Amino acid sequence: MHRRISFWSLALKLIADNLTIDRGGRRVFQGLSFSLDSAAALVVTGANGIGKSSLLRTLAGLVTLAKGEIRLEGGEPDRLPQEHAHYFGHQDAVKPALSVLENLKFWQSFASPAKVSGFGETGRSPMDALETLGIGHTAHLPAAYLSAGQKRRLSLSRLLVTPRPIWLMDEPTSALDKASEKQLLDLMNTHLSDGGMIITATHTELALNNPKNLHLEAAAPDAVAPEEMI
Amino acid sequence: MTGWAMALFQRDLRLSIRVGGSALVGVLFFLAVVTVIPFGVGPDLNLLSRIGPAILWIGALLATLLGLDRLFQADRDDGTLDLMLMAGRPLELVVLIKCLAHWAATGLPLVVAAPLLSIFLNVDLVAMGAVTLTLLVGTPALTLIGAIGASLTVALRRGGLLLAVLVVPLAIPVLIFGVSAADAAIHDPVPFMTPFLILCALSLIAAVIGPVASAAALRFSAE
Repeated sequence: MHRRISFWSLALKLIADNLTIDRGGRRVFQGLSFSLDSAAALVVTGANGIGKSSLLRTLAGLVTLAKGEIRLEGGEPDRLPQEHAHYFGHQDAVKPALSVLENLKFWQSFASPAKVSGFGETGRSPMDALETLGIGHTAHLPAAYLSAGQKRRLSLSRLLVTPRPIWLMDEPTSALDKASEKQLLDLMNTHLSDGGMIITATHTELALNNPKNLHLEAAAPDAVAPEEMI
Repeated sequence: MTGWAMALFQRDLRLSIRVGGSALVGVLFFLAVVTVIPFGVGPDLNLLSRIGPAILWIGALLATLLGLDRLFQADRDDGTLDLMLMAGRPLELVVLIKCLAHWAATGLPLVVAAPLLSIFLNVDLVAMGAVTLTLLVGTPALTLIGAIGASLTVALRRGGLLLAVLVVPLAIPVLIFGVSAADAAIHDPVPFMTPFLILCALSLIAAVIGPVASAAALRFSAE
């Protein structure tokens, strides 16, 4: 096999084109388009129930689109956009019967890393990731003994051991104290400066570098669907 | 490729063996079913040895059904299933490996317990060997067929009963050929290999259809 060096390799760019989602027979939103470059963050705001989580789950490939398409330019060929993404949602995906380190090591070997040009992150070792998040001392404890905030941090450490350029974060600061919140912001900003991208739904102000804002709000009563503005 | 498969297998095995897992529950249930039968049908040793293989098979079927409802539900409840769908691994293989781990934790102990329980039912040595062998090749089919039911009922709070109703009809061929192979070993003129090979074939078919159908159902359930 010969290697070809591409000088015009495409920069990473996530494009959402005319997204329309129905959930449970109800239209959540329609005609939503945006694009996001690497090293940029998209902060999705809006009232409860407006479709922020649905948007993130759609980008994660967990909700099928009624219309529209999600593309990733410059990603690994033969892989879907969601396979370049980490989803950090409300659920921690932590198994209480396994130790903290076992939990993390499983995700490290199970989730396949995405190697993309222009994205400089390398996966950290599980122990290093736990130390970074301040739960290194719990590594050999069963995860059942962790507090809600510690579980959240264990779940977050999953994003550090497997390098993937897109982070989809639904209310990332919930259950975290002030210090961890600051640390989370640092991690997110490091991810951005490494060439990653972040799409986050949040109610709190996040001091991210290079943020774009997507505000979802309900449309006027005569229209059926909420309308979107960037 | 083998790295992630091994990690998944080990994780599932650990989870079912540790506290809150279902590995031992199945064997205990199997033991309970098989030990109450002699009390029900009475101390007729000839009758017991004649129906013994069938009772062992029915016991194994019920014990397998008991543990199946948590096969995917535990992963769905804590968000693990969402992440598995995004992991970039073929979901059919993921299901197959989860089934193998589930079988190793719940099905294999049934096979190991079968010779001991055969003694309770006055099953003779040849039939004991035949039943154990048929359970060894037949119980994977039960788990793999059951995976279809487990993934269809994954979103339901109390899907266990519905799962049993869905899976039992599909498991009947396995039961028929498992028991007839075990019976054939005792009654001389009937060939043992014919039903036994069909049983093997059923397991292999289930190994293909089970993961494909189950993966399709899981993808649909993520919404």
